[in-house]
Amino acid sequence: MKVDLSWIDYLIMIIYFIFVLGIGWFLRKYMKNANAFLEAGRSIPAWVAGLAFISTNLGALEVMGMTGSGLKYGMLTTHFYWIGAIPAMIFLALFMMPFYYGSKARSVPEFLKLRYDEKTRGLNAILFAVMTILASGISMYALAILMEKVLGWNFSISLWISALIVLGYTYLGGLSSAIYNEVLQFFIIVIGLLPLVFLSLKDVGGWVGLKESLAPITTANGFPADAWTTTWKYTGEATSNPLGIEWYGVLFGLGFVLSFGYWCTNFLIVQRAFAAESSTAARKVPLIGALPKMFIPFLIIVPGIIALVLLHDPAKGFVLPLDAGGKPIYDYTIIMLLKQYLPAGVLGLGITALLASFMSGMAGNVSAFNTVWTYDIYQSYIRKRTDNEVADDRHYLNVGRITTIFGVLLSIASAYIASKFGNIMDFLQTIFSMINAPLFAVIFLGMFWKRTTGHAAFTGLLLGFLMALLHHGLTVPAGATTLVKGGWIASLHTYPVEMAQNFWTAIIAFTVSTVVTVGLTLMTRQQKTEKELYGLVYSLTPRTIEEDIPWYRRPVGLAIGVGVICVILSVIFW
Amino acid sequence: MVDIRIPIGLIFSIFGILITLFGFFTKSDQAMYQKSLGINVNIIMGVLMLIFGLIMLWFARRKKKA
Repeated sequence: MKVDLSWIDYLIMIIYFIFVLGIGWFLRKYMKNANAFLEAGRSIPAWVAGLAFISTNLGALEVMGMTGSGLKYGMLTTHFYWIGAIPAMIFLALFMMPFYYGSKARSVPEFLKLRYDEKTRGLNAILFAVMTILASGISMYALAILMEKVLGWNFSISLWISALIVLGYTYLGGLSSAIYNEVLQFFIIVIGLLPLVFLSLKDVGGWVGLKESLAPITTANGFPADAWTTTWKYTGEATSNPLGIEWYGVLFGLGFVLSFGYWCTNFLIVQRAFAAESSTAARKVPLIGALPKMFIPFLIIVPGIIALVLLHDPAKGFVLPLDAGGKPIYDYTIIMLLKQYLPAGVLGLGITALLASFMSGMAGNVSAFNTVWTYDIYQSYIRKRTDNEVADDRHYLNVGRITTIFGVLLSIASAYIASKFGNIMDFLQTIFSMINAPLFAVIFLGMFWKRTTGHAAFTGLLLGFLMALLHHGLTVPAGATTLVKGGWIASLHTYPVEMAQNFWTAIIAFTVSTVVTVGLTLMTRQQKTEKELYGLVYSLTPRTIEEDIPWYRRPVGLAIGVGVICVILSVIFW
Repeated sequence: MVDIRIPIGLIFSIFGILITLFGFFTKSDQAMYQKSLGINVNIIMGVLMLIFGLIMLWFARRKKKA
């Protein structure tokens, strides 16, 4: 099971470490104030922020998880990209970014403060801070355990070294360093995994050969012959596709609620666009990110599908490690594929790509936590601004720096908790993932309906979250063995697959939140004047004029291009 | 502030040279390249990375001049 690395593989990793730390070291002299450290001075070019935007999302859990999903669900996994990401990214760029960026808010919680009130900000800031630390701890744990099982590295050593490198470059260069490194990491991930895609496809005889080899495997499992290589074709009935969900569940649950909740409100992602140099650049950021996002399935999902063929061909000698219960660990598909096809040299590059994906995700978490903690919690509740601007700035810069250290230490702590009490961490992560859908409802209403009030938003956010929790407590996915998966109050309904339960949890959270917010808005009085809402609400903000830019270089032109490519891809793999 | 194309160009040029050389030195090692279906991926990827690295550096240089 072990993968043996040679000196050249280690050399590549070490060179990579030197470069990421070097970028942080080079940027340290620009970190003169809190604004530079926590917001990158709002000076990042659109293409850099756009690649960082997608790189943060391409964390270790995404790469490992999506390859595993490719094996389990085939091309249906692309629903997480073509329907579950691109439309939301276009919406964020065209319709939400003008208000986010124009508001001059430094974070999503701060936007809530400007648009609504202090309590709405407080609720969101605290939930976000906790969720971010959990997420970074869990991905750190996943990486360290992978390195331990497959490379034979010591769990604690790989945990500390990878965390300390991320700490090193984010401490030195703040958000700028995280963003610039994410661009480097993006190219390392893509180029490092490229040989795997070509070799594995060549091995199974290309796309046509892959389809032929899959047919007997899928029919033996009771699915149509091309169930693993199509996306929408078998979504007429939940039972005829491996995902186990109908087309309307995919469309509404994934394509609308989950994806808009994630892409349009998650500060971790949106922060990259906030750092852009201008309003037009900020609107382009999600669109520039969407371009590579559409093609990432070919990099990580297709090799996962090929792994299914390899598993059924004993001559290939391909195996997946088993967990304590004797079930294959699908998340290890990617590293076992690297082992299968890559000789020393490019193997080091592939492992470095995994490390890079881990670091881009973790640095994203750390920098977002940093900003939310320093501005939305510390500056709002612990030590407010004084009259002395210079001293204040110095103070908040130091707080930002110290928070970086604490953020990383807390992540390490939560990684250890995950290694001891994995179930508890899974449970907490499931719970905190429920804040996105209500948050989207509240931000959306706030941006497009000037009447929406603070009291309504706060209650909508809270009740949406609580209802999601209640739904999770009352339903179970089929075959669940622990209460972590749901039904911890009572089990009133059983979903055929866990994903269906997740979709419905989000749909309920979103619906409750919308209904409550609209209802209470009609019953409460607006506390904010129209002047205060200027730039935050659609009807009170002047349209951006981009007459001087040719249409194809405007965000709208770019969005049309992205949309067309996405539709073409969906039709080809229908 | 910093042109990220410079470090990207540098690291891929270094990776490119290293891996191409490694590919040449291990050319006769057929057992090693059995994994990659008999293809010397090190030379191919090495050359590609070197080209990519140099293009990045060239772009960065061109911008500096302008």
